[in-house]
Amino acid sequence: MRRLAKVTAWERVKIAREADRPTALDYIENIFDEFIELHGDRYFKDDKSIVCGLGNIGKQNYTIIGEQKGRNTKENIERNFGMPNPEAYRKALRFMKQSEKFGRPVITFIDTKGAYPGLGAEERGQGEAIARNLMEMSDLKVPIIAIVIGEGSSGGALAIGVGDRVLMLENAVYSILSPEGYASILWKDSTRAEEAAEKMKLTAKDLLDLGVIDEVLKEPNGNAKTDIVKMSETIKKKIVALTKELQGIDVDELVEKRYNKFRNM
Amino acid sequence: MVIDKIKKRIEYEEDSTEKEHRSDIPVGMWVKCSKCKEILYKDDLHKNYSICPNCGNHFRLSSRRRVDQIIDKGTFEEFDLNVTTDNPLHMDDYVKKLETLREKTGLDEAVKCGIGNINSEKVVLCVMDSNFMMGSMGKVVGEKIAYSIEKAIELKLPVIIFCASGGARMQEGIVSLMQMAKTSAAVKKLHKEGLLYISVLTDPTYGGVTASFASLGDIILAEPNAMIGFAGPRVIKQTIGQDLPEGFQTAEFLLEHGFVDKVVNRKDMKETLYKLLILSK
Ligand SMILES: [Zn+2]
Repeated sequence: MRRLAKVTAWERVKIAREADRPTALDYIENIFDEFIELHGDRYFKDDKSIVCGLGNIGKQNYTIIGEQKGRNTKENIERNFGMPNPEAYRKALRFMKQSEKFGRPVITFIDTKGAYPGLGAEERGQGEAIARNLMEMSDLKVPIIAIVIGEGSSGGALAIGVGDRVLMLENAVYSILSPEGYASILWKDSTRAEEAAEKMKLTAKDLLDLGVIDEVLKEPNGNAKTDIVKMSETIKKKIVALTKELQGIDVDELVEKRYNKFRNM
Repeated sequence: MVIDKIKKRIEYEEDSTEKEHRSDIPVGMWVKCSKCKEILYKDDLHKNYSICPNCGNHFRLSSRRRVDQIIDKGTFEEFDLNVTTDNPLHMDDYVKKLETLREKTGLDEAVKCGIGNINSEKVVLCVMDSNFMMGSMGKVVGEKIAYSIEKAIELKLPVIIFCASGGARMQEGIVSLMQMAKTSAAVKKLHKEGLLYISVLTDPTYGGVTASFASLGDIILAEPNAMIGFAGPRVIKQTIGQDLPEGFQTAEFLLEHGFVDKVVNRKDMKETLYKLLILSK
């Protein structure tokens, strides 16, 4: 854990943003035996900045939701650089509600610079879409495990982050806003992003100390991209163990505990 | 020239965050309408619900005046909640800033919560106040909203929240973000109890407040011309690299796109709320 203390918050921000940092689909493909992606919010369109689908580990089925950045420029344009529009959140909600029907635990992978700030997003109720997810997740009758794998920025991250357990990879960051945005709002100077990053308590360790997350998952060789298979193995083990633990809790109690978890923050 | 003196005084007042709160003190008696630029006598303005008599512009309202306009005289009892922020990011000047603001505005935080009557109908009422750090939501605001909703559940009362907020409070970082989950979860509990929740969006309602309890009412009302959105206009403009259309993110825009039930003039707000309370029984 000595190395963990040496890396600065800003360095972690940079690692979390690396173009070749593993994405949600990279992990999903490695963790789950089967994965079938399913599309669309049933109202407007299929927003590819969030992928949803069904998968399993052995005999345990899961609903899987992940904010998905592109792995190259073409993909990034298709996926809007991982910045969801309202229909992405509504798609996620559709699959969360469906998971209740089949008693499937929900696994979410968080990785976004934030909800997309665009004209259409506002016209279609970005705020309402995020709010509804927060509200419905608070009461979902199945276990929810949320994992911040890269950048977890703003309400756009939290919109799939109301979990019974919230985990973070060692170099992932989770914050109210990007350090650039934070510096620009608070100090009217976006060039002070590095300073903001150190101030904001956005690293996994800081958030663990604050009680906002439950656990930090160590990255192989100090960077997940050096060994995606090993990183996936770490996440998988955690998912399996937590699933067992959370399924052992009566559903009403699970929901009450989730309520109190966020109530006390 | 007298008018120049008035202008100077008005400029001074526009700088001051306390202007609305102190507006019944006859020091600055004049105020300029931001929309039609008419110079108005403050007394006239306040007698007119703080609506510009010339153009109908709804001025931002202090929580104290809002309570006076909505709640039957003498029936409002504010919750006595002793919560303070932990200053989670250890921001140097934050606690001092809060203290100064408390002194200046007479408010303890950006939301006032309590129980009162609307034409003898008992409700839990929360009123956000943009005079206090632009109504931003940190831990105290989140706590007060959640507490009020839980109190309503305990007493089986409807909840009305007047929203006015720039969003989550930056100074408390991630803790502010978590208030969105906290308050939305509380609203879910209220819904499950079958209790009415009316959200009223006033100028401005943005960010983490829009993306939580503000958007979750059974009924969502808005004041005319209120600016309401998730992302701020400046950020959107920067992102898309083009000018925003006329009327974008106004209450009327939200009504047109199906995210607001009704735009209500402030003069009719109390009666409208009363009718909705009766019709939801
Ligand atoms: Zn006017």
